[in-house]
This record gives sequence, C-alpha cells and structure tokens, in this order.
Amino acid sequence: MTTTSRRRALTHHHLFWPVAVLIALLLVNVPFTPDFFSINMTDGHLYGSLVSIVLFGSPLILVAVGMTLVIATGGIDLSVGAVVAITGALTCSYISDQADQNTLSAVFLAMGIGLVAAVVCGLWNGFLVARMGIQPIIATLIIMVAGRGVAQLITDGQIITVNSEPYKLIGGGYWLTLPFSVFVVAAVVAVTVALTRRTALGLLVESVGGNAEASRLVGIRSTRIKIMVYMFCALCAGIAGLMISSNTSAADGNNAGLWIELDAILAVVIGGTSLLGGRFSIGGTVVGALVIQTLTTTIYTIGVPTQTNLVFKAAVVIVVCLLQSPKFRAKVFGAKGPKGPQRDTAPVEPAPAADAAPKMEVSR
Amino acid sequence: MSATAQTPKAAPRGSTAPRARAARLLGDRRLPVLVTAALFIAMYVAGLSRYQNYGFGEPQVFLNLFIDNGYLLVAAIGATFVIMSGGIDLSVGSVIGFTTMFTAWLVERQGLPLLLVVPLALAVGAFGGFLMGYVIHNFEIQPFIVTLAGLFLFRGLCLVISKESISISDASVGTLAQTRVSLGMGELSIGALVALVVLGVACYVLHYTRFGRRVYAIGGNEQSALLMGLPLGGTKIAVYTVSGFCSALAGLLFMLYIQSGDPLHAVGMELDAIAAVVIGGTLLTGGSGYVLGTLFGVLVLGLIKSVITFEGTLSSWWTKIATGVLLCAFILIQRTMTARRKT
Repeated sequence: MTTTSRRRALTHHHLFWPVAVLIALLLVNVPFTPDFFSINMTDGHLYGSLVSIVLFGSPLILVAVGMTLVIATGGIDLSVGAVVAITGALTCSYISDQADQNTLSAVFLAMGIGLVAAVVCGLWNGFLVARMGIQPIIATLIIMVAGRGVAQLITDGQIITVNSEPYKLIGGGYWLTLPFSVFVVAAVVAVTVALTRRTALGLLVESVGGNAEASRLVGIRSTRIKIMVYMFCALCAGIAGLMISSNTSAADGNNAGLWIELDAILAVVIGGTSLLGGRFSIGGTVVGALVIQTLTTTIYTIGVPTQTNLVFKAAVVIVVCLLQSPKFRAKVFGAKGPKGPQRDTAPVEPAPAADAAPKMEVSR
Repeated sequence: MSATAQTPKAAPRGSTAPRARAARLLGDRRLPVLVTAALFIAMYVAGLSRYQNYGFGEPQVFLNLFIDNGYLLVAAIGATFVIMSGGIDLSVGSVIGFTTMFTAWLVERQGLPLLLVVPLALAVGAFGGFLMGYVIHNFEIQPFIVTLAGLFLFRGLCLVISKESISISDASVGTLAQTRVSLGMGELSIGALVALVVLGVACYVLHYTRFGRRVYAIGGNEQSALLMGLPLGGTKIAVYTVSGFCSALAGLLFMLYIQSGDPLHAVGMELDAIAAVVIGGTLLTGGSGYVLGTLFGVLVLGLIKSVITFEGTLSSWWTKIATGVLLCAFILIQRTMTARRKT
C-alpha cells in the first residue's frame, strides 16, 4: 500500500469528514480558551470542557442513535422531543408523589413507568408508519403536536421539581470519576452497535430502508422491523428524557427536549447517514451529535452572542447537506474527478441521479 | 378515479346499490373537505347548545374566529401550496416570528414608516422562500432538511435582532390594529379581511390558473409532470416563494394582532399550519386537496380554542391534545381513502 492510497483510504473512510469537522471545531476553541483540552480532578470528579461537552451532549447522542435506525429504514421520527417531555413528566410526577423521594425502588418504578410510556409512543408511531402506511413525517407529527399537551396534562401545566438523590445520579451524577450519563450513553451505543453489527439486525434494517417491498418479498418482516425500530427510537428518547429531567431535577412539559428532534436529525445527517434510508452509521451519528454539542460550546467560549447559535446551526445544516448532495458536488467540484474532496461520502449516499428526487410517496 | 372501476367488485349484481354509493362517496376527493365542514358545523352546534347563555350564538363569536386566526389562515394557505406540490415547509413559524421582530425593530427602533416596512418584510419572506426552493430544486436536497435550516436561520435572526420583545407603540400600527369593518351583524379586523382576500386569491390561483394546475401535477406525480414538460424547477421554487410570502404576510398580521415583536412568537406554528392543511383534507402526499379545506381546517382549530375559552375550566394544553387527536383522525381518513384509490 502506497502512502497516497493509504491516505485515500483514510480520507475515504465514512467517519473521516465528521471527525475532521469535530477536531477542527475543538481546535477553534484553543486560541480563546488555552486550557480547553485540560481535564482536572476535583473531589474525585473529572472536570473540563471535554467532559462537559460529553455530559451535555449525552441526551442528544441517545436520541440521535435511536433516530439513526429510524432514518435507516427510510423514516423519520419527529415525536422524540415530545417523548422526552412525556417521560420526564411521568417519572418526575411519580417521584414527587412519594413520601420519601430517595427510595430506590420508587425511583426505579418511576423510571420504568416513564420508559414504558415512551415505548408505547414508539409502538404507536411504528403502528401508524408500518401498519397503516402513513408517511413517517406525518405519523410522528401527531405525537409531536399532542405529546407536549399530554406532558403538560401530566404535570398539570406546572414545572414539577423533584428532590431525589438516586434520580439525580442519571443526568447529573458522577460514577468512577466520570459523569454517570456517559456510562448510560456508552451502554446504549454499545448495545445498539452489537445488535446491529454483530447480528443480522442491522442488515435487515438497511434492507427495509433500501426497499421495504423488496425486503418483504424476500421474507423479511419489514413491518415488524419498522415497528421495532420506532419503539427503540422512543426508548432512547425516553432515556434521554430521564437524563434531562434528572439533570435539572425538574420536569417541564413545555420546554423539555424542545427541538431535540431537529438536532438529532442534524446529528444523523452530519454523521453521514442518508435521509433516504438504506445505510446508517452509529459511529457517525455519535460524532455528529458531538459536533453539534461542540458547536454550541464553541459559540459560548469564543464569545459570540449565544443568540446567534441558531444561525450557525442553520449554516452548518446547509453546508453539510450541500456537501452531501451529489448534484451540488457535481456542479461545484465536478464530482466525477478522482480528487473531489468530498467523494468519501459518495458511497454513503445511495442516491443515484435518476432517483435522487426525494420521494414523498406513502411507504408501505 | 378508480372508484367507478372498483364498483363492480364491491357491488356484485346490483344487489347492493347503497354499498356502491358508499364506495363512490369514499373515493370522492371532496369527502375530506365535507367531513371537516361537517365537523366544524357539528362542533359549532354543540358549542351553541352548551354555551348559549354565555353568548356563543352571537355572530361576533363566529367572526372572531377570523379575527383571532387570520394569521394562521394565511400561513396555512402558504403551507397548502407547498403540501399540494408534495413538499413541506417547516420554516413557517420562524418566518412569522422573524417578520414580527423585523417589522417591530424597523418601525420602533429605526423609525421607518409602516408603508415602507410592509413591502420590505414581505420581500424578505418571499426571498427566503425563494432561496429555500432554489436549494431544494437545484441541489436535490429534501425539502424537510432545507426548510429545517430555514427554521433555524430565521429563528436565529430573530434573536440576532434582539433577545427581548419589542412592543410597538407606533400610531399607524395601532390604528390599523384597532380598525374594525362593520358587516352589519358584526365586525371584522383589517387582518381578517386581508386573510379573506388571500384566501380568495389562493383559491383562484390554485384552482383556475396554469400555475395551480402545475402545482397539482407535480404533487400528483413529479416524474410524470416532468415528462409532460412542465417547468418543474420554476414551479417548485415558486411554491416555496409563495409559502415564504404567505408566512411573512402572516407575520405582519400576527404583528398587528399582538402589537409586538418577540423572538419567541409563533414557535411551532408550522405545525399548526400543517395540521390545519391536513385537517382540511389536503393529501400530504400532494396532488389533491382544496384551499377551502384549509379554511375549514383553520376554523376547526380556531373553534377548539374558542370552545376551550368558553369552557373556562379546560386548560390550554387540551388545545394541543385535541389538535393531535383530530390530526390523527384525519390522517387515518386520508389513508383509507388513498388505499381505496390505489386498489
């Protein structure tokens, strides 16, 4: 292997650009915060910018991982933000009803209730998409609209605060010097990767996303796979909901997880998963979520007014999508040339020219 | 179209004429609009019987639906164009919020006359829509993602203008907002009148012009429309421009209605607009629907709000839940209809 071919193999790896963007963003911070990369130990806990990026990015990573699988089946889940709110609301309202909020069994029961509710939401989404054949954007819109209402109904329109030590651990606690949420995220990601890459499940998901009808004809139960994927996505959102409400020790039906679905989709797209379905990369999504969180942190640290955060995000969405668009690459870089700098994403993008137009058909 | 083709299968040997009629009715494109209209009337009658002593029967209560939801109607009409063409526009709420902020800032902080600010705001909205349409068409990126970027961008721009809300004390805005046009039985605001005019124009454009037919054609089947030689790109870009324009106009009406600019105005209103369009019976897959349906969709959503106000004890989150339930019901109706049409 020559150096050039090795370099090409590196730059053509599907994680190359997301990771490069992440590193670049991290480096941007250094001139503004010289000790950006330093991590210090205080009271047996690790502190530092990198740790807080991971800590604050945890819910987003979780939601985005679930979203990746949904998008891989050619769907999309807009309801995750509402699911985050519902889970947080249910769990917190149950805990706050307890006489002793520190009882471990009560906290576990509360979390169980919250997660079951989340999974039921996912089941409903999956049922509408897979059984009824409704467009995913629309099917999940229902819970997106109604879900926040339900969450407010549960909390009675109030912000419910809890005062529970064990519950605080999930989103704000430390374990083995690291934020506990990092372990939760690591566990979820590991399980997801194991299930999708060590078993045939990932392949099945991709085949359903590639062509649901064809995969049904070769004997894959595409309906069941889709329903499962939506349930998994909602479960991830539910865990994220626990984390968010635990971090603030409060459930806010109106604002918890607001717009997290959009960030999650963005993370998935940055990670190189095509919105058309058929391929996915969990690793890419994790990196994508970290990119978004780093972007937010960077905006804070370099002193740009925080309110421009959204403008930056919009710019990133557009740039990333343009770079992934075969047509844009063809027009600007001449994508046929071997030196096209963004060619690495080409294998990730299954969109052939004739079929590139987004399909708004009802999927079956 | 296949309703008639299917009749023989559904009705063997003329024994079940009612069933055949039912099948034909279910396949009728107008059914969702009729259902929504019937629902509106049913809700209104129910409201009448329940709150008659509280003045629900006053004509003004009905007219208030237009006054209180004029901006939503205009935004939903824009969304109707996009959805009819098979696309989706998530930037509606942000553009509305941005317009309120932009106009408030220009009028209050820069002291520009309203006469100059209004066309400027409309132009900015339309240009935003044009840009999104341009990117969607030319680079073949999903409308969902491009308009999502639009959502972020305009909401961000709101916050760039100011983090705090700007209340408008301009005299001309105040007069415009308070002007009421008497209709004999009640009165309408300027905003409501503008919304009705937009409704009329949209009806004409979508149902009686060449552009309208193109929108339907593209929504029905993009490939066929392309093969027929319809100007796909121009129409698509125009549709998003219309939506951007309508959103900006809705923003102006919202600004009149609420008399302030706030970076958090109209968060999530794109969902209300989409919900109104869906409840109004427009197929989300594109290609089928009526602007009049959107009117009924908005009226139904508005009526839910007024009923909740009259009820007094019900809390505002019931609006969201009721909207979601209605949305669900209408999506399922649409689904059974399209399933029927395909067979």
